[in-house]
Amino acid sequence: MPLALFAEGEADDGRSLMYEVRLHGRGGQGAVTAAELLSVAAFDGGGWAQAFPSFGSERTGAPVAAFCRMDDRPIRLREPVLNPNALLILDATLLHLDGVFAGLRPDGIVLINSARQPDELGLGDLTGRHPDVTVTTLDASAIARRHLGRPLPNGVMLGGFAALSDTVSIEGVLQALRERFRGSTGESNACAAQEAYDTVRLTREATVDA
Amino acid sequence: MPEQLEGSVAVARTVARCRPQVVCAYPITPQTHIVEGLSVLVREGSLAPCEFVNVESEFAALSVAIGASATGARTYTATASQGLLYMAEALYNASGLGLPIVMTVANRAIGAPINIWNDHSDSMSQRDCGWLQLFAEDNQQAVDLHVQAFRIAEELSVPVMVCMDGFVLTHAYEQVELPTQEQVDAFVPLYQPRQVLDPQAPITIGAMVGPEAFTEVRYLAHETQLRALEVIPRIGAEYAEVTGRPGGALVSAYNMTDADIVVVAMGSVLGTLKDTVDELAADGTQVGVVGITTYRPFPAAAVRAALADAARVVVLERAISPGVGGPLTADVRGALAGLSTEIVTVVAGLGGRAITRPSLRAMLLEAGRGALDLLTFLDLDLPQIQRAQLTGAGR
Repeated sequence: MPLALFAEGEADDGRSLMYEVRLHGRGGQGAVTAAELLSVAAFDGGGWAQAFPSFGSERTGAPVAAFCRMDDRPIRLREPVLNPNALLILDATLLHLDGVFAGLRPDGIVLINSARQPDELGLGDLTGRHPDVTVTTLDASAIARRHLGRPLPNGVMLGGFAALSDTVSIEGVLQALRERFRGSTGESNACAAQEAYDTVRLTREATVDA
Repeated sequence: MPEQLEGSVAVARTVARCRPQVVCAYPITPQTHIVEGLSVLVREGSLAPCEFVNVESEFAALSVAIGASATGARTYTATASQGLLYMAEALYNASGLGLPIVMTVANRAIGAPINIWNDHSDSMSQRDCGWLQLFAEDNQQAVDLHVQAFRIAEELSVPVMVCMDGFVLTHAYEQVELPTQEQVDAFVPLYQPRQVLDPQAPITIGAMVGPEAFTEVRYLAHETQLRALEVIPRIGAEYAEVTGRPGGALVSAYNMTDADIVVVAMGSVLGTLKDTVDELAADGTQVGVVGITTYRPFPAAAVRAALADAARVVVLERAISPGVGGPLTADVRGALAGLSTEIVTVVAGLGGRAITRPSLRAMLLEAGRGALDLLTFLDLDLPQIQRAQLTGAGR
């Protein structure tokens, strides 16, 4: 099964600073909210950002995609993110669905909500052909369950993303979470995102050391 | 101060700053967040005095808006898709009575088959109902157009629709700068109605008019619409003075220098189009973009002036008139009457189909070669059509 349809030799479109994120989840996991919060964090960081949902079915459990673009100038483009710099996959059961890896940039980063290690996920085809793609896993559902009492992975994944990319800071993510979810809910979400950030940083350091 | 907001939230907060006294709307996707936002502002008292009226349908929503506006209240509503169609009879009453209601249309396809996503079928189906129609390119423009819409509506005594693409804009988070309350208060003065329904001094409005005067009534309505072609740019210029941001115009133009081909479009696709023609320009192909901000009244002279030097015009339609092609094309063709301009129609993005740079780029390059048919459907899935025809579903 072809796992990925890569953007080979993508022409420089003159907007090379634009950074595009595609989030895949299931209805109810908060992929759209995560895209929105990511855009708020990027905006708070001084950039321009745009977040919007995909136009598919709106059922709990159905595959959902959401998009976030970040740039150092106003964003006019309205097409879905076709060539993501980063993929945030909120549900590992989506990994082998058509289109999840579509268009991923050859140096793209992938963060997957899973308790397993990246090499246990059957993505050898992807990483074998595209050695510059970085795949990281994070048990976001477990972290969410500990802090929020339910396995809502969206804010947690943003904490993990902040550790993988310098497009947003962890402080920006925490602030966006606290603004969106007031009071103790915001605090729990922020704690969960912070734990995710710390976990992914440790994972990365271990990988680099090895 | 710029904020990162959902389009619907930005519009709700902006409408509130225009101090409507009555808001009456029935929720329908993708407009719901706007009226939910307003209902919260009314409930918490930050939009006051204002009555938020709950009703059982869009027909009732606009009927209440008509009643409220007739008594002299600044009145706002919002809808989309089948909701706008359910209002259809009342739409004509609002314009016929000269009531300056402002309504957001969160543009959405019309069923059957049911589809909640974006195209322009809804407002396009009501293009002749006597309302002004302004189309927003992004959420900043949606915000700015709403403020101007109240001024335009009240100055001309006509209702105004502000059309913004459902989901693509209503559900998009992006940077928006809301005009401050002080700016809006300076720009939109208290509503001074031309006449009011008042039990103390009863009058009849909308009474029976027979053949002896009906044509004249419609003539005057047409004349009012044409006056809007003067009023909209003037109010737009005033808005620019107050806020420092561009005000509403009739049309916009982009990358027109040396452009033999010009693409004409409305709404949020203009952003993707501009990025696409920038890429084409980098490769040495100049394609201009003309955006129609004011669709009703149709600014024929401005469109003709903008397209005067174009050899080929591609009209990108977000709606279809089955059996004809594109409704916007007919207006553009009329505006260019007598010129030798080649005009083709491209129907794109129906029911939420994404309009992408690669597709636009390929289409525009084909247009440059003169290879486009008079009517093209962008990204048409031919095998799907053939399957439907084989099973009889296409009949």
